[in-house]
Amino acid sequence: MTNLIILPILIPLFTGAILIFLNKRIIAQRVVATISSICSVIAAWLVIQKVRTEGVQSLNVSSWDAPFGITLVSDMFSALLVFTTSIVAFVCLLYSFKSIGQEHEKYYYYAVYNFLIVGVNGAFTTGDIFNLFVFFEVMLMSSYVLLVLGGTKIQLRESIKYLLVNVISSALFVIAVAYLYSVVGTLNMAHISSRIHEISINGMPGILTVIAVMFLIVFGLKGAIFPLYFWMPGSYYAPPAPVLALFGALLTKVGVYSITRTYTLFFYHDMETFGLLSILAILSIIFGVIGAIAYWDIKNIIIYNIIVAVGVILYGVSILNTTSITGAVYYLIHDMLIKAALFLLVGVVISITGTSNLKNISGLINRYPGLGWTFFIAALALAGIPPLSGFVGKLLIVQGGFEGESLIGAFIVLMSSLLVLFSVMKIFINGFWGKDRTYREEEEAPVKRLLIAPVILVVISALYGIGSESILPYISQAADTLLDPDIYINAVLKE
Amino acid sequence: MRNTNNIILETAVKVLLFFIALYSVYIFTAGHYYPGGGFIGGLMTAGAIVLLLITYDIKTVVGILPVNFRILTAIGLLFAIGTSAGSLIFDAPFLTHAFGDVHLPILGDLSLHTATLFDLGVYFVVVGVTMTIIQTIGEDE
Repeated sequence: MTNLIILPILIPLFTGAILIFLNKRIIAQRVVATISSICSVIAAWLVIQKVRTEGVQSLNVSSWDAPFGITLVSDMFSALLVFTTSIVAFVCLLYSFKSIGQEHEKYYYYAVYNFLIVGVNGAFTTGDIFNLFVFFEVMLMSSYVLLVLGGTKIQLRESIKYLLVNVISSALFVIAVAYLYSVVGTLNMAHISSRIHEISINGMPGILTVIAVMFLIVFGLKGAIFPLYFWMPGSYYAPPAPVLALFGALLTKVGVYSITRTYTLFFYHDMETFGLLSILAILSIIFGVIGAIAYWDIKNIIIYNIIVAVGVILYGVSILNTTSITGAVYYLIHDMLIKAALFLLVGVVISITGTSNLKNISGLINRYPGLGWTFFIAALALAGIPPLSGFVGKLLIVQGGFEGESLIGAFIVLMSSLLVLFSVMKIFINGFWGKDRTYREEEEAPVKRLLIAPVILVVISALYGIGSESILPYISQAADTLLDPDIYINAVLKE
Repeated sequence: MRNTNNIILETAVKVLLFFIALYSVYIFTAGHYYPGGGFIGGLMTAGAIVLLLITYDIKTVVGILPVNFRILTAIGLLFAIGTSAGSLIFDAPFLTHAFGDVHLPILGDLSLHTATLFDLGVYFVVVGVTMTIIQTIGEDE
């Protein structure tokens, strides 16, 4: 089927439109959203299988041939991310049923939720740099609504900051695309890549280095790398747990994906930009870890861990050899799963205790052993304890770092694992051990039902780690396409 | 609050409204081969309704046009997605549209496009979104 790769975008879009009609019928909304979410997962799985057997898939929308029309491209990297996104979206949806509240549900929560997924899947799938901007906007507009929905004081305050940061970075994005267009005269990403290759025989022209750095700023703002992560701890602190899980698992990863895509496809001629990326990645790790250790608020601890993970992944990308890229792809998927799981678990803890301040929480494991042990496993997976999923990715990234003779960076990644483990164990030791307490809102929290969603994610993440041997061929295929742009270019332009 | 002293504006609007509305339909249908289309047509229609809003007040306008603009947006979205997804049935790439020349009595030779249906969706979305925004801001007073 020609249109297979657009289904993970089309299904949520269609669902979103239908859900607007159903805004007062909560049960109907839930049913429709669940069915469509399952369909998206299946469609994304079919895309992966097709890419596995037939190589990179491309679709020339509206029958305009590349590079003149808009092209959608699914290589293994984007197919895997779309699949992971669909799973995370499905699980967060399950969690929303029990936690988000009727006020949200009546005000188009599920519709906007689906539009967010349209934006994320679209950004992963598109093969056109301006279309990437469009999907970024779809994603951002939905995220504005999700962030502000509920209208508490902190949400309104943080929405303004978030809006301001993203409007500015979107403007920069368009400017960067315009610069790039004026140099290479095309917007199709495969075509851009081949043209940059043509003019970079004696090294990449200086203007392209400038554009590369501009893209780094734009995507770095979305992806929250050092020093552009300043907006994130505040903004991500505001929304309710399932929205926070979606943001933490997906939105920053879209930025990371875009950096990876543009740098490996366009700017691989100039290793200095990769050097810059490497330095920023390492600084992100260091500052993220400092934040994660310093805070006594469970939300903030996990939010700062996003910055660490972004740093680790981009460090893997910046080394640009087979091992490190494989590790980066592996770790990226791991991080999407485990961050969503952790944020949902934090949501469960907050629904029991009514606070996210670690100093007011203790002894949870006495009455909620299931919650405690799920959190424990998720924490180990985050830090990268074998055989859980964080281990393989970090191992490959560190190994790639040694191969690329970047010893300091590899050492910092290793050290960061230890401190990440410390930061989450701090939550475990202080929050789950110790004296049992009673909390005001405890009676109302449907803990067992809320736990279903994070448990699913933790199980998937554990299987992802244990079964890494059988998943590795997929990851390797993704890494091969990233390292050899010709595969991508030939699939799109069909030369 | 209705300002009763705007006799000139009120009289003019009663006539002008129909011209603007008609012209927006013309702009919309001209869209495929000439400048125009669903977006600008929708904006113009929304402009006509806004003019009505300025002249009278929200209650009067709701009385004249009892339309839920959010639902209108959703209908428009369904139109646009539906026409684009129609190509899925024929296994053609997404958004591919079909067209043909038809001879109709009275109207003469016509070129009919499925793109018009897509544009109609855009038209509804633009009217719906613009009016939702303006009404939401207007109600705050």
